[in-house]
Amino acid sequence: MSVETQAAPRAVRGSSILTNPTVRSIVIQAGLIIGLVIFVWWIVTNTARNLAEANIASGFGFLWSRAGFDIAITPIAYSSNDTYGHAIVVGIINTLIISAAGITLATILGFVVGIGRLSGNFLIRMLSTVYVETFRNIPPLLVILFWYFGVLSVLSGPRGLEENVFGVYLTNRGLQVPSLVFSPVAWATLIAFVVGIVATFALSRRNKAHQLATGERKPLLWPALGLIIGLPIVVFLVTGLPAELEFPKANRFNLAGGLQIRPEFIALWLALSIYTGAFIAEIVRAGIMSVSKGQNEAASALGLTRGQALRLVVVPQAFRVIIPPLTSQYLNLTKNSSLGLAVGYPELVAVGSTVLNQSGQSIEVVCIWMLVYLTISLSVSIFMNWFNSKMALVER
Amino acid sequence: MNSKLLTAVLGLTIAGLGAGAASAQTLGTVKERGQLRCGVNTGLPGFASQNDKGEWQGLDVDYCKAVAAAVFGDPSKVQYSPLSAVQRFPALQNNEIDMLARNTTWTMDRDTTLGLAFAGVNYYDGQGFMVKKDLGVNSALELSGATVCVQSGTTTELNLADYFRTNKMDYNPVVIEAQSDVNSAYDSGRCDVLTTDASGLAASRLELKNPDDNVILPEIISKEPLGPAVRQGDDQWFNVVKWTHYALLDAEELGVTKDNVEEMKSSDNPEIRRLLGQDKDFGASIGLSKDWAVNIIKAVGNYGEIFERNIGVDTPLKIQRGQNALWTKGGIQYGMPIR
Repeated sequence: MSVETQAAPRAVRGSSILTNPTVRSIVIQAGLIIGLVIFVWWIVTNTARNLAEANIASGFGFLWSRAGFDIAITPIAYSSNDTYGHAIVVGIINTLIISAAGITLATILGFVVGIGRLSGNFLIRMLSTVYVETFRNIPPLLVILFWYFGVLSVLSGPRGLEENVFGVYLTNRGLQVPSLVFSPVAWATLIAFVVGIVATFALSRRNKAHQLATGERKPLLWPALGLIIGLPIVVFLVTGLPAELEFPKANRFNLAGGLQIRPEFIALWLALSIYTGAFIAEIVRAGIMSVSKGQNEAASALGLTRGQALRLVVVPQAFRVIIPPLTSQYLNLTKNSSLGLAVGYPELVAVGSTVLNQSGQSIEVVCIWMLVYLTISLSVSIFMNWFNSKMALVER
Repeated sequence: MNSKLLTAVLGLTIAGLGAGAASAQTLGTVKERGQLRCGVNTGLPGFASQNDKGEWQGLDVDYCKAVAAAVFGDPSKVQYSPLSAVQRFPALQNNEIDMLARNTTWTMDRDTTLGLAFAGVNYYDGQGFMVKKDLGVNSALELSGATVCVQSGTTTELNLADYFRTNKMDYNPVVIEAQSDVNSAYDSGRCDVLTTDASGLAASRLELKNPDDNVILPEIISKEPLGPAVRQGDDQWFNVVKWTHYALLDAEELGVTKDNVEEMKSSDNPEIRRLLGQDKDFGASIGLSKDWAVNIIKAVGNYGEIFERNIGVDTPLKIQRGQNALWTKGGIQYGMPIR
């Protein structure tokens, strides 16, 4: 009897540490972290030992050895004498370029089509629906191959082309347009452009303050156009036209000179934009439809025009619904840019797989791929989260 | 429950990672499996391609068959893995295939840092250029400013960059992963020039819309010794593939063919008797049966027969023996003696 009565309180005392929620959670979490560290360490050492046993070189030292291959599109200086690391940087920049260009066009397409799906005009509504339903249901790779092999490769070649006055040629070598060659004085024009933008911001703030104080709205659009476009043009003329057009000229094989946009870029850009644009259109439509009809009616009751109601009442509320899923579409587009491999657009995966194959360092290259895509995706997420918090409902 | 799950996951991962390390016993594994897993090109006529019945054929394919015949006495016991240039080395490193016979250039880098071992050279090749006839180009040195189609991840890509830089010429590369896509890009006029190994050019030309509108330029800009490769660190398996290659060369040199191999068994020539396992059992020393070489020759013939059947002058590729003739006939193919 006495043994039992003494045993009960001991059991309670003994279990008080075990059942303490703080202690328990710390112990479990510490255990998990230790387990994870051991697991990762074990994978790394095991892989390294296996590689050494198979006589396969490992480590990141290869990034500093000579690449030896050329890259078709080089936004920064690169030659085959540069290093593997340099080649990978070129690939990263190409990925960023195609992603930025794709996101821009996809967003424009998505908003136009998304609003089009809600249009009162039957034709616009039907065309938008057909576009969304078609491209949302085709794998992006097929869309890329369609543009590359189906549209751009069947264009005529660059030889025997008739010269045209504008210097714009669309051939199976891509789109060739005249390029502007600036002389040093052209900096003045660029500075004028920046000044124009800054001045427009200042004007917009002053107008807002004026409206808050007096209720009177002052015009912004025309002064802004004058500052941003007019001012640089005036400076450009005053400094004596410090730029000239370079026209593409046919040589024995190609059109040389001017600005060349390669078909690999065009195919990938159009395909990614059209594919992602279809998803964005649906997100925009959902966002606009989520704003209740009463908001529109209230806006009319306050005397806002239709345009003002859309701009000041509907769109800001719709944005709160649109932005989070829009972020995922931007991330999707960035990751889908790796399909450029199929048509030879030298983005990160295409350049990386050449590096992988020439150097044989597959594990290291795969690690670099994962790290770069993770960094890009997290950066886009952080930016969009910031934008989202700016747009979020501010309760008063 | 949780710890059981964790143990199970850990156990599986250990098993998976552990398998990578055990690569030394390829011959035993192949025999046990009853099939040779051979990595070949995804489609290069004359070297490895599928005919209209879906059967693989070509010079590299015959090397797979020869090794299968040496191991099993049956050339059909091969499982082919069509691999792109980028896929080929990881496939071999990761044990997905037992040997790689995929017109692969033997280089020091591949032999040392990739953990490969090349078992011999089954075709001495060199890189060349093909252009459209109507360009009127007669030499590769006139190609400055041209757009060049090339396959990614090959020695070809590196030679191309070196050649244009050393000759101070410019070019626009169009780099695509699959050779068939490279060919179709050239055919559609995306590029002015197609470059790959000379044998590959001859094969690719056949697949163009109008083969006769294209010419192969005379310059050969590199050495491309192509041959079968295995993983490093398994000397027994390396010997099987290496001596299969030499047996094919020795058979040609000694006049042993697919048709006469049975009669040749009773030949008085000691070299023939050694090759065909009549005097001493050389097969046992590489873990094979006594009649290993007989099986090889019965299955695919000697090296000369393989060459003529797949890429020789009577095939659409019309390739001369050239450097690939035996050393006794002015070439550099030389089989080490079996004794």
